[in-house]
Amino acid sequence: MIAYLVTILTLVSIAAIVALALNLQWGLCGMVNFGIVGFVALGAYTTALLALAGTGPILALAGAVAVCALAGGLVALLSVRLSEEYLAIVTLGFGEIVRVVSLNEAWLTGGALGLPGIPRPLIESVPSESYDWVFLGLCLLALAAVFLLLESLTRSPFGRLVRAVRDDDVVAATLGKNVLRTRVVAFAVGSGVTAVAGGLQAFHFSYIDPSQFTPIVSAYAFMAVIAGGRGSNRGILLGACTVMVLLEGSRFLKDFVEVLDAEQLASIRLILIGLGLILFLIYRPQGFGREPRRSAGSLLGEAAADGRERTS
Amino acid sequence: MQNPHEERALLEVRGLSKRFGGVAALSDCSLSIAAGSVTAIIGPNGAGKSTLMNLIGGLFPPDSGSIVFDGRDITHEAAHRRARGGMVRTFQISRELGQLTVFENLMLAGQDARVENALVSTFLRGRVARSERRVAERARRLLERVGLFRLADEPASALSGGQKKLLELTRALMLKPKLVLLDEPAAGVSPPMVRELCDTIAALRAEGLSFGIVEHDMDLVAELADRVYVLAEGTRLTAGSYAEVTRDRRVVEAYLGGVA
Ligand SMILES: Nc1ncnc2c1ncn2[C@@H]1O[C@H](COP(=O)(O)OP(=O)(O)OP(=O)(O)O)[C@@H](O)[C@H]1O
Ligand SMILES: [Mg+2]
Repeated sequence: MIAYLVTILTLVSIAAIVALALNLQWGLCGMVNFGIVGFVALGAYTTALLALAGTGPILALAGAVAVCALAGGLVALLSVRLSEEYLAIVTLGFGEIVRVVSLNEAWLTGGALGLPGIPRPLIESVPSESYDWVFLGLCLLALAAVFLLLESLTRSPFGRLVRAVRDDDVVAATLGKNVLRTRVVAFAVGSGVTAVAGGLQAFHFSYIDPSQFTPIVSAYAFMAVIAGGRGSNRGILLGACTVMVLLEGSRFLKDFVEVLDAEQLASIRLILIGLGLILFLIYRPQGFGREPRRSAGSLLGEAAADGRERTS
Repeated sequence: MQNPHEERALLEVRGLSKRFGGVAALSDCSLSIAAGSVTAIIGPNGAGKSTLMNLIGGLFPPDSGSIVFDGRDITHEAAHRRARGGMVRTFQISRELGQLTVFENLMLAGQDARVENALVSTFLRGRVARSERRVAERARRLLERVGLFRLADEPASALSGGQKKLLELTRALMLKPKLVLLDEPAAGVSPPMVRELCDTIAALRAEGLSFGIVEHDMDLVAELADRVYVLAEGTRLTAGSYAEVTRDRRVVEAYLGGVA
């Protein structure tokens, strides 16, 4: 049971990283990314290939981040000149391209058989019975780092700019903001963060194949952002946990309902999860959290608190 | 090109035309706005006033004609470059950034692109904080000036129509522009607030700021405009002082619907 919980927590942290990345792209910048699983896969394969080639885990992850950020920037650049709906199509297309390439370019990706034997970080320096704990620790560390980075970015002038572009790109341009550049950067940063999740997943299973990267991964990320509240990094941590509890918890249905076979149960689980999400949207449409807004007082620093009123 | 009889032209629009499908929204329109002046653009509904604003602001390109601002040809410049160059406009239908607070709307407008850079925003925290505080001080002074500071932390979407118009004006001022283009700043604004608006514009002109104002409120035009352009059906009918254009028979006819 404990081993199971450790695995679940590891997967939750990985899923939460994807959700946080989607929050920057979609929640804060209004750029929908239906192909986010493609970026997870690209990150995972890049990490795996680099690690298999003998690169250290940190460097392999860094390489994956760079590759995904570049790919994300290009996808955004391709589609932001078109209207918003096209981004949905382009990102879906990107996800599909990554899937097809991973499936068919066997010389590079191992095709359907995947890439086995990815060296796991710290595997030699940690006793094997406690390795899963150590790896969970690494994942939580990565999640914390990503959270802190994105949270500070959200509250910074860059975060404000990104939210403005989402609210009304014409106004942002009218106020001297380079909308195209903002979107490309936001999308690239989000994609780079997604690569971290992909890399951790590759290390976790020490084996990747195309079946790990189905569109359901994108769906989880969207569920987590919707449940967490678009824009709110904190809410999304909670959202990712909730979605995972729903998904994993409903696995135990089979212990209570014995009349159903596995296939029926799988469908019922999906129905239940959908129902849960709908009920959630009805009773708490804004999600758990709200995007952070900086108060005038905090921006003015102490000046406002002093009561040194300066009217002109 | 400068007209020796006029003050230095800050904005010079020549032969601007724009069609939307079969509609000639603007045809061969020329006008100039002198530095430090308030120039009004009036005309009946559908005359092409907002289209002119959109062309000058860079929302879409003209079919023909040129726009010179501050000695620079900006006809094909992107909207955000025009804004950085010192020209900022507001919209006839207020476009507040609704999810941002009133204060954040102003902060956004006042902050420099170099500080909004993602890397700078993340890693040069001290520099960002100092810059933010400077911008925040200006934002507070401007909001106090128009009486919106008490609403600073409200989301902009919660403001009334008139307050949104004032927010757009103050937000535009945060860019420290040379020229402000206002599309019907008094529409939907309560009379006391229109008074406030007039005083604010007059005071800013005294400080050297130039304005181009599209407005239906003739009292406001009479009070503020140094020069008035009259548009009808996409063409420039006449131009002159307020007294001159209102004496013009063609203007009266245009407003009554029967263009001569
Ligand atoms: N984006 C557009 N697409 C199609 N037609 C347009 C567009 N914008 C303006 N028009 C048309 O161009 C003409 C001029 O419109 P414009 O909005 O410039 O008038 P206006 O002088 O601002 O009028 P109002 O006083 O009502 O604001 C109108 O006939 C209008 O229907
Ligand atoms: Mg108009």
